[in-house]
Amino acid sequence: MAAVVGTGQAEHAALRQGSMRRDRRRALYWSYFFLVLFAVFFLTPPIYMFITSLKSSAEVGAVTNPWWVYQPTLENYFALLTSGQYLTFFRNSAIVSLAVVTITMLISIPAAFALSRMRFWGSAALGTGVFLTYLIPETLLFIPLFKIFAFIQDWTGIELMNHYWVLIVIYPTLTVPFCTWIMIGYFASIPKELDEAALIDGAGYLQTLTKIFIPVALPGIIAATIFAFTVSWADFLYPMAFTTSADQLVLPAGIVTTLIRGDVYAWGQIMTAALLGALPPLLIYAFLMDYYIAGLTAGATKG
Amino acid sequence: MSQVNLRRLVKHYDGTPAVRGIDLDIPDKQFVVLVGPSGCGKTTTLRMIAGLEDVTDGEVVIGDAVVNDVPPKDRDIAMVFQNYALYPHMTVHENMSFGLRLKKLPKDEIARRVNNAARILGLSELLNRKPKQLSGGQRQRVAMGRAIVRDPKVFLFDEPLSNLDAKLRVQMRTEIKKIHQKVRTTTVYVTHDQIEAMTLADRVVVMNAGLIEQVGTPHELYHSPATLFVAGFIGSPAMNIMRCGLEETAGALRLRLHGDISLPVPQERVARYRAHAGKERLLLGLRPEHLTEMRSHTLPGQSAVDVSVEVTEPMGMETLVFFSLNGAEVCARTDPTADLQAGKRAQLLADLRYMHLIDEASGRVL
Repeated sequence: MAAVVGTGQAEHAALRQGSMRRDRRRALYWSYFFLVLFAVFFLTPPIYMFITSLKSSAEVGAVTNPWWVYQPTLENYFALLTSGQYLTFFRNSAIVSLAVVTITMLISIPAAFALSRMRFWGSAALGTGVFLTYLIPETLLFIPLFKIFAFIQDWTGIELMNHYWVLIVIYPTLTVPFCTWIMIGYFASIPKELDEAALIDGAGYLQTLTKIFIPVALPGIIAATIFAFTVSWADFLYPMAFTTSADQLVLPAGIVTTLIRGDVYAWGQIMTAALLGALPPLLIYAFLMDYYIAGLTAGATKG
Repeated sequence: MSQVNLRRLVKHYDGTPAVRGIDLDIPDKQFVVLVGPSGCGKTTTLRMIAGLEDVTDGEVVIGDAVVNDVPPKDRDIAMVFQNYALYPHMTVHENMSFGLRLKKLPKDEIARRVNNAARILGLSELLNRKPKQLSGGQRQRVAMGRAIVRDPKVFLFDEPLSNLDAKLRVQMRTEIKKIHQKVRTTTVYVTHDQIEAMTLADRVVVMNAGLIEQVGTPHELYHSPATLFVAGFIGSPAMNIMRCGLEETAGALRLRLHGDISLPVPQERVARYRAHAGKERLLLGLRPEHLTEMRSHTLPGQSAVDVSVEVTEPMGMETLVFFSLNGAEVCARTDPTADLQAGKRAQLLADLRYMHLIDEASGRVL
């Protein structure tokens, strides 16, 4: 009798295991289905850009299959990389982005450390406030910024309009709050005993920050760096609003203002310029992807 | 000299008292363990000695100086944390030398101290490993190494063994004791585990609800607890506590447990308890080892008790026998050969020469 019961239980267990495996397989199918769907959806534009970048203006205008290149040419690449203008945009973008990343890190890391570790009056409210400022869209901010620029010019005589370096001053208003917020979350996940051990070992706040927090929170800091770089590299509205001269433009604004003349679109060059412009962020993501994900998730669970 | 003195030490968190005025003198080179249930204020006390918590009132004295306003790094202390708090991005060597490097000690001095500590702790082979490549016990040892290299006046341990599994905990307990015998530094050790407290300490400080219940050697706490709390907290299995009244008949004292059980108080205790004769709200405390199987030959002060055995737990070297007496769950430690079976009546021997009589209202042992 006992033996019969035993077999029954074994069968039951096998069945249950089988159904579990079936559930898992079904979940996997669905994940792959959606992953492929999203990959196609998001990769189509860059592929289309790449195809178009290999076409001459004549072929772009011709009525042929837009998804195929009949006479591939590198003339768009050649034209852009030999034109001083495009290289100027690239240089301006690089200067702005590197400066913004540096400024952002110099402000957000100490700010996040102070907000997550030094308990002072109003620190919690300040932490929330930092994040709230991030929620105000730039489209609401650029008109008041005009006013502020005019005001500063009236009072100090410093002209802020139409200089690419002004972006170095403005972009941190977008990057600092978010980066600070990511890092508050990350720093909060570092056990309190670690700074207490450092305190007993004789480290001051600055040494605790540089010798313990920054190395330990490196994934979070890299995530924040990537975010700051992406924002300052790709932002479109502010450079369109505040810079006009060709030598002061950064890539996003430069491509649109110089490669679209009136109603004439140099599609081949626009696509090439955008594609080349997307390379630096792409390379950064590719190399730092693992850090980026680790940083975001760590921030997410403790934020 | 590196004694530690606490004077009427008080700590409030937003008005909630955590430590409610404690006085404690810890002599040089002594190993003192603060023990008590969670929330009793033992960790807060340790953190106030370390300087990680501000003192609300009272004084912390290390050596000869009041250190209330001295930052932790200048108190000449070293602390071992429950979760080790090793710097994850540094090697064992870097972890241990971090404090010395901050103090800007000469390189060869740092190397000498680290190698010496590594030798004591058996870490010499692991100096270039990162903490995540180490086992729990090894990490614990690195945390101790970090304390030893500083050559401090006082070691502070905050439940250092709680994160280890049972076997390793026993092993590390012995190691800590050995290390203290080699490196005779004043030590304050916090734990909630009374066995750890008993085995490690020169003196044990039992804390409860922000106050010290009793300070004494492990032997004193075990054999002469001052309060009901200490009586119940120290010892495993815990001391049996039973309600009783004290009656005097013709010059002899008797403990009345309930209607039909009444035990004579041993002659040598009569003088001590006579003043309490007639009291009803008393507690009898008797350790399990003083409740044994019946023997053919009984001494004065030993009395037979009839019980109905509920559960037996054979432990090998002894058998624990559980039964109810006067509404209390009672445990007896008997010889494994004594034939005591669950569900049967049995006669046990209560050795009242080791009894404790406790006043229920005040919780004081009489």
